[in-house]
Amino acid sequence: MDFEFSEEQRLLRESVAQFVAQDYPFSRRRELAASEEGFGRDVWARFADLGWLALPFPEEAGGFGATPVETMILMEAIGRGLMVEPFLSTVVLGGGSLRLGGSPSQRAEALPPLIEGKILLAFAFAEPQSRFHLADVETRAERNGAGHRLTGRKIVVLHGGTADKLVVSARTGGSARDEAGISLFLIDRASPGVELRAYPTIDGLRAAEITLEGVEAGPESLLGELGGALPLIEAVVDNGIAAVCAEALGAMEVLYETTLEYLRTRRQFGRPIGSFQVLQHRMVDMYMELEQARSMTYMVTLRLEDPDPAERRRAASAAKVQIGESGRFVGRQAVQLHGGMGMVDEHLVSHYFKRLTVIDTQFGNVDHHLERMAAL
Amino acid sequence: MNLNFTAEEEAFRLEVRSFIADNLPADMRSVAEKGQRFDKDHFVRWHKILYGRGWGAPAWPVEYGGAGWTPTQKYIFEDEMGMSGAPAPPTFGTGMVAPVIIAYGSEAQRERFLPPILRGDVWWCQGYSEPDSGSDLASLKTKAVREGDEYAVTGQKCWTTYAHWADWMFCLVRTREGGKPQEGISFLLIDMTSPGVTVRPVIINDLSHYVNDIFLEGVRVPAANLVGEEGMGWTYAKFLLGNERVGIARVGQTKRRVARLKEIAREEMSGGRPLIEDPLFRRRLAELEVRLMALECTAFRLLAEEHAGRPVGPAASLLKIKGSELAQAVTELTVESVGYYALPFVEDALHFGADQPPVGPDYATDAMPHFLYTRATTIYGGTNEIQRNILAKAVLEL
Repeated sequence: MDFEFSEEQRLLRESVAQFVAQDYPFSRRRELAASEEGFGRDVWARFADLGWLALPFPEEAGGFGATPVETMILMEAIGRGLMVEPFLSTVVLGGGSLRLGGSPSQRAEALPPLIEGKILLAFAFAEPQSRFHLADVETRAERNGAGHRLTGRKIVVLHGGTADKLVVSARTGGSARDEAGISLFLIDRASPGVELRAYPTIDGLRAAEITLEGVEAGPESLLGELGGALPLIEAVVDNGIAAVCAEALGAMEVLYETTLEYLRTRRQFGRPIGSFQVLQHRMVDMYMELEQARSMTYMVTLRLEDPDPAERRRAASAAKVQIGESGRFVGRQAVQLHGGMGMVDEHLVSHYFKRLTVIDTQFGNVDHHLERMAAL
Repeated sequence: MNLNFTAEEEAFRLEVRSFIADNLPADMRSVAEKGQRFDKDHFVRWHKILYGRGWGAPAWPVEYGGAGWTPTQKYIFEDEMGMSGAPAPPTFGTGMVAPVIIAYGSEAQRERFLPPILRGDVWWCQGYSEPDSGSDLASLKTKAVREGDEYAVTGQKCWTTYAHWADWMFCLVRTREGGKPQEGISFLLIDMTSPGVTVRPVIINDLSHYVNDIFLEGVRVPAANLVGEEGMGWTYAKFLLGNERVGIARVGQTKRRVARLKEIAREEMSGGRPLIEDPLFRRRLAELEVRLMALECTAFRLLAEEHAGRPVGPAASLLKIKGSELAQAVTELTVESVGYYALPFVEDALHFGADQPPVGPDYATDAMPHFLYTRATTIYGGTNEIQRNILAKAVLEL
């Protein structure tokens, strides 16, 4: 058993931490979130230059063939900096779909421009009726010659508005909620028949509602097995879960550090408020939640490539439950312990809290994953 | 022992309920339905409608325009108002400054200030907290120096709700340095249009504007605006806290939120069935309903105490703690109930007459903003940590 980072991983960790500390102060985050696209193209270009977009992809496609640990390191830093760039949607979800389910030619075509920072991807799976159930797909993919025509609605698609390509789940067979009959397609966002409404989300990021009206998807756009894409979708989502666990960990660390500092410096009744036992115990509880969240983030990261999908699913659901509960506690208590300051938009606490609250919902909340574990 | 309201009380409840149903204007009903935010205009108009019925300040003594209700009638009124979603005017005027003026002010102050509050013509805010005086309010530093027949007031107040709409502020100020901090505090009424008063908006986590910072720079306040005596401000503030009634549990509002949550859960789908049929969700809902029943029953017990002439006193802290924690839990389950539609934030859609439609169903629009705002309920009015200290000291005598 070993929880040490390798030398390269340590270097990566330092390099990302330095980027966040020097080039991404909270004021920058605020500006970028408020910008028209909701993130910085220049920041994205830096990510590309630094090789971060290449990390998980195979060397043949121009990647570094790195492990889930490298992605975890990057996502933790993204969480610390509360970064708004579309790493999760482009690299982990969209890129993950190609990495795990694309053919060699699909990967050769799409991964190099992704790695160079030239194209962005979004992963469109949730629908109005689906809640968190990945097999609840009503979007239809009807045979159209050698390809298909896609019709349906996808909701709250992370970074959908700025994506160049969309990875879309649609049903080629079976009826609603059947596990068989789901397929995955890679289409251009600019395809005729794609209607999109982009909007901000409460955590300062962006998402979109996407309507597909007879969108043509040629044979080259099918990712993975026709009618058999659910295992691929689940694998991509589990990768997404591991990634947001790491991001949440970074965000929780910042809230923990900030709150601890506040308890040391804020004085009332003639003493630092951290001298009150009630608040000390609360802070200790925050510390313990943080450590448990770290443990479960490591656990899901290290199990992400388990050959048994059931083991991977169990690890992902368990980690998501932990991160949901820890994120809720650390986020809410950071607000509470800061008193009124925890409520104001001007202070970073409320922003980190909002991101943790959103992560709790992303890819399914605590109750959903408890049910999933109970069913495994 | 008896858990029932009397026939007269039930009839009163129906009277209040039908009055609200018949008189709540359509635009306000729409705002409430959609979970949007009320404007000052909504609050004032509704207050005037209530005033027209003689209900502008029902808790006041009858001689000043109160309705002469029993504690139970006051509770029923607040409960019905809470359940209706009507724009409850903030209590700073009718519920805070007015009782202090009535109990401790001069006749001239009562004549001058009470009628406009009753009519809804004058809007008040509360100048208590300061950047360095939150939980430790008695350490406040805003100074009021007596100069002839005026005070010169300098300092800063924060978290002042609706100060940007207020005509007047009741303010705790320090009129004497040295000695016990509480004994140097006075209760001063300040005209918000006075030179030297600056109001600065403070945006909170749901991007709404309720609270403000107030900067007071050499503001001249007539000595006639001192309520009662110098050095008695802390006593008057504590009188207000002791005056806090059973309504602080906000049972009516929480009942409304639980009812909305059930409606949402009937619409939301999960695994092909409405969410309300999901056993795990039903269990979570049942837990909330048990907590709500316990809160309401405790409120009834305290109401019975009030009826017997025994004031609620420090037990109000229990209602504040349990009421706020329950309110938060309801918002948490509500956010969960709307799934991914808790995430979109189209700020414009939260205002009446919005141009932009919400993303997703109407009922999802205010789930996240309300959840965010409700984090404040365990902080304002004395944090729940302080409230537990109060219970430990005043009730458990530890």
